[in-house]
Amino acid sequence: MAKMNLLQAINNALDIAMTNHRNVYSFGEDTGAFGGVFRATSGLTAKYGRERNFNTPLVEQGILGFANGLASQGSYAVAEIQFSDYIFPAFDQIVNESAKFRYRSGNEFNVGGLTIRTPYGGGIAGGHYHSQSPEAYFAHTPGLKIVLPRNPYMAKGLLLSSIFDPNPVLFMEPKRLYRASVGEVPEQEYRLEIGKADIVKAGKDITVLAWGAQVEIAEKAAELASQDGIDCEVIDLVSILPWDIDTIAASVQKTGRLVVTQEAPLTNGFASEIAASIQERCFLYLESPIARVCGLDTPYPLCHEKEYFVDHLKVYEAIKASMSY
Amino acid sequence: MAKDTKHQLDIVSKASFLDASALTIPMLQILKEDGTLHKGAEAPDLDQATALKIFHTMQFIRILDERMIAAQRQGRISFYLSSLGEEAASIGSAAALDSADMIMGQYREQGALAYRGFTIEEFMNQLFSNERDLGKGRQMPVHYGCARLNFMTIASPLATQIPQATGYAYGQKMDQSGTCTICYFGEGAASEGDFHAGLNMAAVFKVPVIFFCRNNGYAISTPSQGEQYVGDGIAPRGVAYGMKTIRVDGNDVLAVYHATQLARKLAVEHNEPVLIEGMSYRLAGHSTSDDPSGYRSRDEEAGWRSKDPLERFQKWLVSQGWLSNDEAVSHYAEQKAMVLEALKAAETIAVPPIDELIEDVYDTPPAQLQQQLQQLKAHIRKYPEAYPKTASRLDQER
Repeated sequence: MAKMNLLQAINNALDIAMTNHRNVYSFGEDTGAFGGVFRATSGLTAKYGRERNFNTPLVEQGILGFANGLASQGSYAVAEIQFSDYIFPAFDQIVNESAKFRYRSGNEFNVGGLTIRTPYGGGIAGGHYHSQSPEAYFAHTPGLKIVLPRNPYMAKGLLLSSIFDPNPVLFMEPKRLYRASVGEVPEQEYRLEIGKADIVKAGKDITVLAWGAQVEIAEKAAELASQDGIDCEVIDLVSILPWDIDTIAASVQKTGRLVVTQEAPLTNGFASEIAASIQERCFLYLESPIARVCGLDTPYPLCHEKEYFVDHLKVYEAIKASMSY
Repeated sequence: MAKDTKHQLDIVSKASFLDASALTIPMLQILKEDGTLHKGAEAPDLDQATALKIFHTMQFIRILDERMIAAQRQGRISFYLSSLGEEAASIGSAAALDSADMIMGQYREQGALAYRGFTIEEFMNQLFSNERDLGKGRQMPVHYGCARLNFMTIASPLATQIPQATGYAYGQKMDQSGTCTICYFGEGAASEGDFHAGLNMAAVFKVPVIFFCRNNGYAISTPSQGEQYVGDGIAPRGVAYGMKTIRVDGNDVLAVYHATQLARKLAVEHNEPVLIEGMSYRLAGHSTSDDPSGYRSRDEEAGWRSKDPLERFQKWLVSQGWLSNDEAVSHYAEQKAMVLEALKAAETIAVPPIDELIEDVYDTPPAQLQQQLQQLKAHIRKYPEAYPKTASRLDQER
């Protein structure tokens, strides 16, 4: 085991993937010798050469087009989009190309070797364009997998799984936790299952569901609630496409209550999909309405970020409201 | 002249603006419209068997296109995209490649696919979306694809294949495969952002890719000059991206073949990407969904009919003593009969089973999708008359 922050865990996963497979390529804006604006690809050019870890021109649609082509050729393409706020020029390549490549060809071709790494989320004074959580746009697209790790251990195991998963994966990295989240990480290669939720803390009174950077918020809220005698079950969804409805439904059938948190705006966020599906599966078990704790339906703010942000106090209030419904 | 050492630029002290006249790119033509060689021009390195294969493929595609447009008019298929008039561009270039080279097309390169050996049955199965279609009946007619023949499946969105070709060629280079990728697109698609992204990245990464622009004068109804662009077409953009570039007469199969041969050498031996602009004309409509009389004159079309790439090539083949006009006629009739027969056979083959609806979204269907399929099947069983294509077969399936 080694102590790593989330960035180091990601760097370590890339390093292992590139050591074990000669046809893993890592690229994006400034990701070459400089190592990326967050340093996630630090040291990889020195170790593997500039043909395997390199800078691309500044063009997101080109990065994803290039990555789709490289993956369709049989290579493992790990493309970084510097901030998920800048992924939209590549939207067409992701939703019309990556996601449909296997289906539209009748499995003659696929881009299973594609992984898109992109930092997402707020809490870093990044304003509109360095803070968004755009996962729901992509969750509306059959053919993609969407993975969001919560800590270094999960990040390394899930990134290795994502790179070698036979489907294209959007791997969204919680940038607020890049250096803030530190933990013990095995040094060797290991993979974690995509599509399997992780029960972070078992409990019997209420289920609190989160993904990525929101998991630690949910844990903090659960701690506060425990001082009121409320026993929360905290679940990390791990991936929102595919998502582990069975684990969530089993938990809600046990607790009868569900709070879902997400950083993204309320309307049409993935929390809404979860609320709809869980009420179908658990209608007769529910003791209170499923609560969504989300960002407001505004662009991501700067000076009012603290007020806007889904923090542990908002989640704590939602837990109490659900318990006393 | 003084030199700026930092940027390696010549320094001038008087302002002057460049315009398009600073770079005018000529067009390579080897065969004149009358089918004879230009004075001093040499025919490319092309043997008789290859030349005849090119010609027969051109004939075949013309028959297929004409016959399938008619089939669409009769309501037998839903849609069709013809390559009428542009056969030399796709077939002449495909013939200059190695069969291991990847082809990434737009949707008007059925000639390249036929040259590779896609069978008439395979064409028909795709056009009729039947259960033998390699694409499992999922895409509109003409969206062919075939891994066996290194022909990437066609997608409707324009220009997305251009940066993909750069990526594919990067993998070919890194694998030291000795192969390249050819990427076809139209002059309209060259306005898309993906064109600029893909060409610039190819030049920066030095990958073995040939970008082949079929400049056929129209993007659906929008004419190229003045409405799609006002510069000197597409070719100067290759130069601007630092790429070897050539413009050819897209209706002269010898010029197309020769330029592509040279381009392949640059790509494979020197990792130099190349842009070829083939000047041609889309004699048919964009697809069966539009009527060209709404945006261009019959006179204009007639002017281009006289530049027919098939007739021009046929005259040359005859002058070489490689083909007689009688042979051309009888071969045309034979291929036409085959096309008609294959059409009749393909339209009687059933659509793919409903289970294939959820396959290939992922490598294996996730649980939620399997559940959705079961719900759908239960619904079809309840209202079989509303879903005749699948209802009768439901219980015979796996």
